[in-house]
Amino acid sequence: MSVDTVKQPNWFSRLAHPGQFLNWTRHVVWPLAGATVVAFVVGLWFAFLNSPEDYQMGDMVRVMYVHVPNAWLSQAVYGVMFCAALGTLVWRHPLADVANKAAAPLGAVFTTLALYTGALWGRPTWGTFWEWDGRMTSTLVLLLIYLGIIALWRAFDDQLKAGRIVAIVTLVGALNIPIIKFSVDWWNTLHQPASVFTAEGPRMPASILTPLLAMMLAFTLLFALLQIVRMRTEILRRRADSLSRQAALQGGAK
Amino acid sequence: MIGDGMHVEFIAWAYAGVALLTFGLIGYVVWEARRVKERLAALDKAGIRRRSAETNS
Repeated sequence: MSVDTVKQPNWFSRLAHPGQFLNWTRHVVWPLAGATVVAFVVGLWFAFLNSPEDYQMGDMVRVMYVHVPNAWLSQAVYGVMFCAALGTLVWRHPLADVANKAAAPLGAVFTTLALYTGALWGRPTWGTFWEWDGRMTSTLVLLLIYLGIIALWRAFDDQLKAGRIVAIVTLVGALNIPIIKFSVDWWNTLHQPASVFTAEGPRMPASILTPLLAMMLAFTLLFALLQIVRMRTEILRRRADSLSRQAALQGGAK
Repeated sequence: MIGDGMHVEFIAWAYAGVALLTFGLIGYVVWEARRVKERLAALDKAGIRRRSAETNS
């Protein structure tokens, strides 16, 4: 009787192997792109043609349908980067730092859009584009953290070393996420308290919640799509870098 | 349905800004992916490829 002493990798490890990742995501990109377009069409139809004015804000409520999804993603993307940082430092997973590097610019763009749409929403409703209150200031800090992480990735030629340093910075920067989330409860602020993700459930009528959820789904699918494409690109870039180095070494040896 | 009430310009600027930056991001991601694929194709054309690819071919 033979005893199999080689530990077989689990399904997650197999899926997350860079070569396997390139294989299975190849079949996911186009269906995901189609689902994203459909979700945006449905979301925009609800947002402009099938949702009522708010009794206080009037049509300005429609800005919420782009502001809240971007605000949600500004934090959710950081959550992805936080998990990736753990993957780099704890399990040294080869795809973890690829995921972190791919997500950082996406998070920066979603955070910029959350701040931009928030400012445009704030002017007519609060009378100001900007106020140094807890929610807005901590979101601006989040944008600076994203930009810092992007700069760190670009500062190192050795991407493995960069991955470890960025992972530590990502874990430290995660302290800002609960500050963003609970700032509206901890401090007196212009920003309204949470009205979607609350323990008692959403505090808004279905006619406004439906377009909001449709747009959140659309933006989340867009993030998933862009993240997968960027991860594939990063794996291929590392492959190209490795081949270029190999060619340079062979050329030098001749 | 959207009315012709006040603050329409704020709604228009918000959606225009989101569309501009979102399409810009999508364009950048696609351009970046194409550039890397072209680089790999150029390396392949020069005969520089992974050992596993050589074994398979």
